[in-house]
Amino acid sequence: MTQLWDFSGGIHPPENKHQSTSRPLRRASLPEWLALPLQQHIGEPAEVVVEVGQRVLKGQKIADVTTGMGVPVHASTSGTIEAIEHRPVPHPSGMDDWCVVLKADGQDEWCELDPVSNYKQLERDQVLARIRDAGISGMGGAGFPTDIKLRTPRDRKVETLILNGAECEPYITADDMTMREQASEVVAGMEVMAWILRPARCVIAIEDNKPEAIAAMRAAVENTQIEVVAIPTKYPSGGEKQLIEILTGMEVPSGGIPADIGVMCQNIGTAVAVSRAVFKGQPLISRVMTITGDAVQEPCNFEALIGTPVSNLLQEAGLDTGKLDRLVQGGPMMGFTLTTDAVPVTKTSNCVIAATASELPPPPPEQPCIRCGQCAEVCPMELLPQQLFWYSKSTEFEKAEHLNLFDCIECGACSYVCPSSIPLVQYYRFAKGEIRQQQAEQLKADRARERFEARQARLEREKQEKEERRKERARAAAEAQEKKKAEAQKAAKEGDASDERSAKAALVEQALARKKAKAEQAPASSDQGESGQVEKPDIEALEKQLAQAEGKLATMEGMLEEGREQQADNVEKLERAVAKNHDRVKRAKETLEKAREQLSNEPTAG
Amino acid sequence: MALVQQSSPHAHNARPTSRVMLWVIIATLPGLLAQTLFFGWGNLINVVWCVALALTAEAAFLKLRNKPVTFFLKDNTAAVTGLLLGLSLPQFAPWWVSGIAVISAIILAKQLYGGLGANPFNPAMVGYALVLISFPVAMTTNWAEAAGLANAPGLGETLGRIFSASQTSVDGWTMATPLDEYKHKVASHTATEILKHPTFGDMVARGWEWVNLAFLAGGLLLVGLRIITWHIPVAVLGGIAIMSLAFGNNPDMHAPVQLHLLAGGTMLGAFFIATDPVSAATSHQGKLIYGAGIGILIYVIRTWGNYPDAVAFSVLLMNFAVPFIDYYTPPRTYGHHKARRGVPGRNGG
Repeated sequence: MTQLWDFSGGIHPPENKHQSTSRPLRRASLPEWLALPLQQHIGEPAEVVVEVGQRVLKGQKIADVTTGMGVPVHASTSGTIEAIEHRPVPHPSGMDDWCVVLKADGQDEWCELDPVSNYKQLERDQVLARIRDAGISGMGGAGFPTDIKLRTPRDRKVETLILNGAECEPYITADDMTMREQASEVVAGMEVMAWILRPARCVIAIEDNKPEAIAAMRAAVENTQIEVVAIPTKYPSGGEKQLIEILTGMEVPSGGIPADIGVMCQNIGTAVAVSRAVFKGQPLISRVMTITGDAVQEPCNFEALIGTPVSNLLQEAGLDTGKLDRLVQGGPMMGFTLTTDAVPVTKTSNCVIAATASELPPPPPEQPCIRCGQCAEVCPMELLPQQLFWYSKSTEFEKAEHLNLFDCIECGACSYVCPSSIPLVQYYRFAKGEIRQQQAEQLKADRARERFEARQARLEREKQEKEERRKERARAAAEAQEKKKAEAQKAAKEGDASDERSAKAALVEQALARKKAKAEQAPASSDQGESGQVEKPDIEALEKQLAQAEGKLATMEGMLEEGREQQADNVEKLERAVAKNHDRVKRAKETLEKAREQLSNEPTAG
Repeated sequence: MALVQQSSPHAHNARPTSRVMLWVIIATLPGLLAQTLFFGWGNLINVVWCVALALTAEAAFLKLRNKPVTFFLKDNTAAVTGLLLGLSLPQFAPWWVSGIAVISAIILAKQLYGGLGANPFNPAMVGYALVLISFPVAMTTNWAEAAGLANAPGLGETLGRIFSASQTSVDGWTMATPLDEYKHKVASHTATEILKHPTFGDMVARGWEWVNLAFLAGGLLLVGLRIITWHIPVAVLGGIAIMSLAFGNNPDMHAPVQLHLLAGGTMLGAFFIATDPVSAATSHQGKLIYGAGIGILIYVIRTWGNYPDAVAFSVLLMNFAVPFIDYYTPPRTYGHHKARRGVPGRNGG
């Protein structure tokens, strides 16, 4: 028996999973059109590589990410590109985003595929490239590019690879049905990931409320090194941090990632996608999605093409629009409400609940917090939700941060049990958003201040240098005068000392000579801006400065490009450097412009 | 199709505050029953009077504050405050004493601070302490003798006594409480002599022991229902027990531990009063410190102070310390090496 640990807190909400597991996995029928969002992953949105009107084949790449992090998007079926436009996408904000609209031709004709039978003969990088080219990003919800996740730095060796089959959220059964019906593909995908990472331990963790999935996986892992572990059913056991604690007894450090303690979690669906990418050469063009809720007559799981409108799946499951009250994408604990059922299935869509008003009723009105502490009892992160609420509400964000607000995983357990029905998670989201905004503003202000201070320092330095030069000249002039005076005296002594007239003449001569000398000096010194005179800008120097700044900017941009391609660590730093050089060029241009203006306005210099 | 837009979570399974409070009320019933069986109708009359007055005062003040009256009255918290006062005041406390206690509890300690959830002090105990200091005679000479319901004055007589304009305390109905008796005799008498007084009965403290055990039972029900956690009651009782074992294991010098635990308002205080979440410390560690502080103070005031019982003062004194305790006892969050104690910017890290 594998040793298991418990995580603190947790709740046992009604599971509501049997509705959708009583029917086998269904293949969704081919929709008339599909909307393929260009951003289904974390990172840069993909750039379209096809044209409107072009015919594409199933599995053909239609968009790719060339700079920055991201994965390509593929056509889920064969057909014609109808449009590239804004369409509603599944997002908490209910926003629209760029989608490639594909009109299916009904033939479902595959493009040429390149399967590998023995991937172990390939280089690891080649396998990782295949995973990337198959457009695979984490299918559990975040959508982090899988190839990047699997490409761990050498100093962070993954000792334990976990396949997260806990699926602790009520209603969702997509992973459950995948494990029941596609167990061999799950195992094959995990073996590929294990071959890349070489962990000491491979675990598939499944909550013990899924005996069928556990049995299917146990059968599938025979003759492999993979363990199947049944973990106690308790929400949120499928939270990455909680699952790691259950299986290893270790905690992911605050602000860190599982790789920091030698652990990596992958999603069940992602494993299937990896298996298909390697052994069949197929890109990620479909996924398993649960359609459930009391407003559909036949809740079940669909193997649906990415881009299929959710409305199609709801129709197929027998949606009763009269009973429909809210559409939740994801589970009832962490999912978000959809504003329309026109959104497409994406790589991260695991479930849509078509709920009736009685099924997920609106919470009763909020009452004052009585600090009963039920929330703290159920918090899986061992926070003090009642205090975080207090500080969030009173906008004492510093205190909220001090009590580790940012460790909150927004699992919703606190809101679930709150006797005063306070929407606690919403308060935390508000506080986090405010703090992030404040930090961004602070950063901006700091940058502005640094720039200002640097400018002040430069001006001060220039002024000092000018002053030095002026003193230098004054000293030189004084010396020259001394010399002349001495010469004059000498001449006077040499001549008739008693002849006052000749002495006067000498003085007048000297004064004339001084004046002449000064007149000669004047045009030369005016260029250097003697005190009291208007500074005359040096266009040539400014132009040179601008050229220099532009050159530096180009270099930095090149470096950034390179860094992005190589996923280098210093991308952020380079980005900052580029921004700074942009500023510098802009400033140089402005100064030049101003200088030119000034020059043209001045009638005659000097 | 107008779809509901709501932030997660979408599922709720809360036991609303009103039901939590209803369970608290139910859990006090064994204690109230025991009080009635041993001390007569006094407590029941007090409870009815105090609850009615508490609801009235709350309603009136909510109206004054332009708050929805029924919405807040339905949370049952005012009823609980009235109930707790009715259970803890002397059986024959005159109506105006209990009335002042209730009104100052609801208005002074609760509504003036902003109503439910905003009161730093336990409202019932503010009311209790206020009348205890203001009317010491009425609060010490009106305790009923544990004669049993059959021998106690009837409902009518008790009502007459509580609501009469003039107080004639010269009757055979009242008796010094066991804690009072022990406290005042222990300096000049031995334990054996003191315990001959009828207020102690055959076991620990006649009637009082059963009342305390009944409140203990009700309190365990609340712990079982997860309405309260074990931390505060255990810490309170532990504090009292440890103090009386450490300082008072000679019964000729100090009241023995069983008297401290089973007489006076010990169990009512430990399970129903100290556990008021609004004014108590909030983390597990904080609750242990808070409860232990109450237990220790109860012993200290009972033994060396001027009052025979001390639940109200102890709870209020520890209420003062709650913000401080809360700052220094947060739990260690997942993924952190240690808890972040103190206030931001000073002890943070």
